[in-house]
Amino acid sequence: MTQEKQEPISMQGPVCPLPHQQTETVVIGHGSGGQMTRDLIHNIFQTRIGNAYLAEGNDAARIDLHGMDGSQLAVSTDSHVVFPLFYPGGNIGRLSICGTVNDVAMLGAQPAFLTAGFILEEGFSMEALSRIVDSMAEACRESDIQIVAGDTKVVEKGKADGLFINTTGYGIIPNGRMIGGQYAKPGDAVLISGSLGDHGIAVLQARGELGFESQIQSDVAPLNHMIEDLLIAVPDVHVLRDPTRGGLSTTLKEIACQSQVSIHLEEETIPVKPDVQIACEMLGFDPLYMANEGKVIVILPEKHAEKALLTLRKSPYGVMSTRIGAVFQENPEEVLLHTTFGTTRILDFLSGEILPRIC
Amino acid sequence: MNDIPFPNFLSGYRDAELVHHVIHEIQKRLTKPWALMETCGGQTHAIMQYGLDQLLPEEIELVHGPGCPVCVTSLELIDQALWIARQPDVIFTSFGDMLRVPGSRGDLFSVRAAGGKVRVVYSPLDAVNIAQQNPGNEVVFFAIGFETTAPANAMAVLQAEKLGLTNFTILPANVLVPPAIHAILSNPNNRIQGFLAAGHVCAVMGYWEYPPIAKQYKTPMVVTGFEPLDLVNGILETVSLLEEGRASVGNAYSRAVTFDGNQAAQKMIQQVFEPVDRNWRGIGIIPQSGLGLCQAYQRFDAALRFDTGKIQTKESEICIAGQILQGLKKPSECPAFGTLCTPQSPLGAPMVSSEGACAAYFRYGRKDT
Repeated sequence: MTQEKQEPISMQGPVCPLPHQQTETVVIGHGSGGQMTRDLIHNIFQTRIGNAYLAEGNDAARIDLHGMDGSQLAVSTDSHVVFPLFYPGGNIGRLSICGTVNDVAMLGAQPAFLTAGFILEEGFSMEALSRIVDSMAEACRESDIQIVAGDTKVVEKGKADGLFINTTGYGIIPNGRMIGGQYAKPGDAVLISGSLGDHGIAVLQARGELGFESQIQSDVAPLNHMIEDLLIAVPDVHVLRDPTRGGLSTTLKEIACQSQVSIHLEEETIPVKPDVQIACEMLGFDPLYMANEGKVIVILPEKHAEKALLTLRKSPYGVMSTRIGAVFQENPEEVLLHTTFGTTRILDFLSGEILPRIC
Repeated sequence: MNDIPFPNFLSGYRDAELVHHVIHEIQKRLTKPWALMETCGGQTHAIMQYGLDQLLPEEIELVHGPGCPVCVTSLELIDQALWIARQPDVIFTSFGDMLRVPGSRGDLFSVRAAGGKVRVVYSPLDAVNIAQQNPGNEVVFFAIGFETTAPANAMAVLQAEKLGLTNFTILPANVLVPPAIHAILSNPNNRIQGFLAAGHVCAVMGYWEYPPIAKQYKTPMVVTGFEPLDLVNGILETVSLLEEGRASVGNAYSRAVTFDGNQAAQKMIQQVFEPVDRNWRGIGIIPQSGLGLCQAYQRFDAALRFDTGKIQTKESEICIAGQILQGLKKPSECPAFGTLCTPQSPLGAPMVSSEGACAAYFRYGRKDT
């Protein structure tokens, strides 16, 4: 399409039926973690409360402590509203610890403390609450972290869906570690610590809406020990990022934009469990866009890739770690998938809510 | 689940070597350029997802047909659905894709955000269950789709009847493929020379309806599946028929489709529905191209129960979505494509649905072609 041919478009005009622009009210897609979430953050939050810390666009903020040893503070906060509260492989309690621990660890920090805020709905089962808090305690032990402050609020029946949990995590970034979505460099390798889509499918299945059953378990897990072991073995890591909402595609696209690079993936190397693949086929989902809660993307110089993989595979959460692609300079902000057919496909941000195909 | 041999089943039909072999065969048989239409949106997406269009010889042009039920559902029907969904005692159920499709004002998502009870279901029978569990509410299912969803939609009506439910209705919106093919081929601007018929529609209906159409318009048609190997095999067979000058009907999806189709499903459709004229978004009214409830089941018709006939919407006459749905233009030929019109802020239905041609172009990176 050349410039000369391009005709002016009237937004009011009869080119195509003009849809409702989702700017008047919040809709569910604003929480998808994809493009609509980005738009919401950009239009409402960054314009009003933006600053240099938020502008970095990472899962956690990096704060200078001005201490003698040069270490920095990593802070991240996350609200957990998963439905249903219990699902195969986890529950909202375990998720609320792991999600925040992982976000802090993605800056190369050692998570140390958490705060937890509970919003409880009147009528919620004490037994369920006890089980959820037991899971939180277990996840805290596993990740060697303590909850040091908390808050509890109760709202009237019907004003919240059972239970929401917010956690905020604090960790120390040792001096000299510069890890973040903005540091991917041409020549880097892209690694993933295991198979994709397990969490998304496990939660969908627990909703009982799939119409079939499977053995798929959520991968929800604290990754801080695995990441610390990795950084001790291979200090020269550029990016760590957990592909949660929006999945691998959305997360890599974010990194490609932050670092102004392109990322090329080899489709046949991307690990997806057969059960997850089948569930996705049946529902019209793409595993590359499904949420994960126990996986990390590692981007680092190619020469360290083998050693990093060997280290990751020693952790129970990284057994299936593998190399899935590489970083290039040309066509910045693009994520390209090289298919098994020798063709290419462009991966983008998740748009709207994940919706099943209908035929 | 483990005893179902799906992974091999899938990987077998995604074997790169076999696909390249078939592409080579296509190349060998080609003597001139051909324009083929893949009828179904699912086929469009598979072609884009695997990049099959990048592998095919330049002489083969794939034109994307009107096979996305979300895209062809008329503005008027969507406005009726929105009106029903806004009623306080109604639980409005729909397949997920339909929620973002714009009506004249708003979409089902915005109705839900404003407090309307809109629920996504994966099967019309789920909607029947919801009706059973909520006797105090009117439960309405938006019955969209081609012949593929028609049996399940019919089954929902029969099930509701069996259960004696008086609070369940459907908003009939099913459309039929053969009348659409007639409409495309009889258009004086038509340039489609061969059809890849939609495999899943044919799994229900068979392909006994197609030979007269192929003969009338001297256009070969080949029933085609959705995996990469299925698609290139369908293209190979269509090209062979074209090169041999034979306007006949082939079946390259015989593992799922027979000539007669699924008789039980067809019987169920006939029992509950009857053909009616239907307005296709961007195309206009195609005679006898939709399914309405027949006399005996009209008490399950939401349009009658909620008297939505009074809601009439006139559609734009120069919407490019219509030309895209008829294969007269490619999505990237629209000046708004990828700039003013994206999946986040779609200007037309083909950009909304996961099966829409514009969304396929956008998602799989055909921004510049």
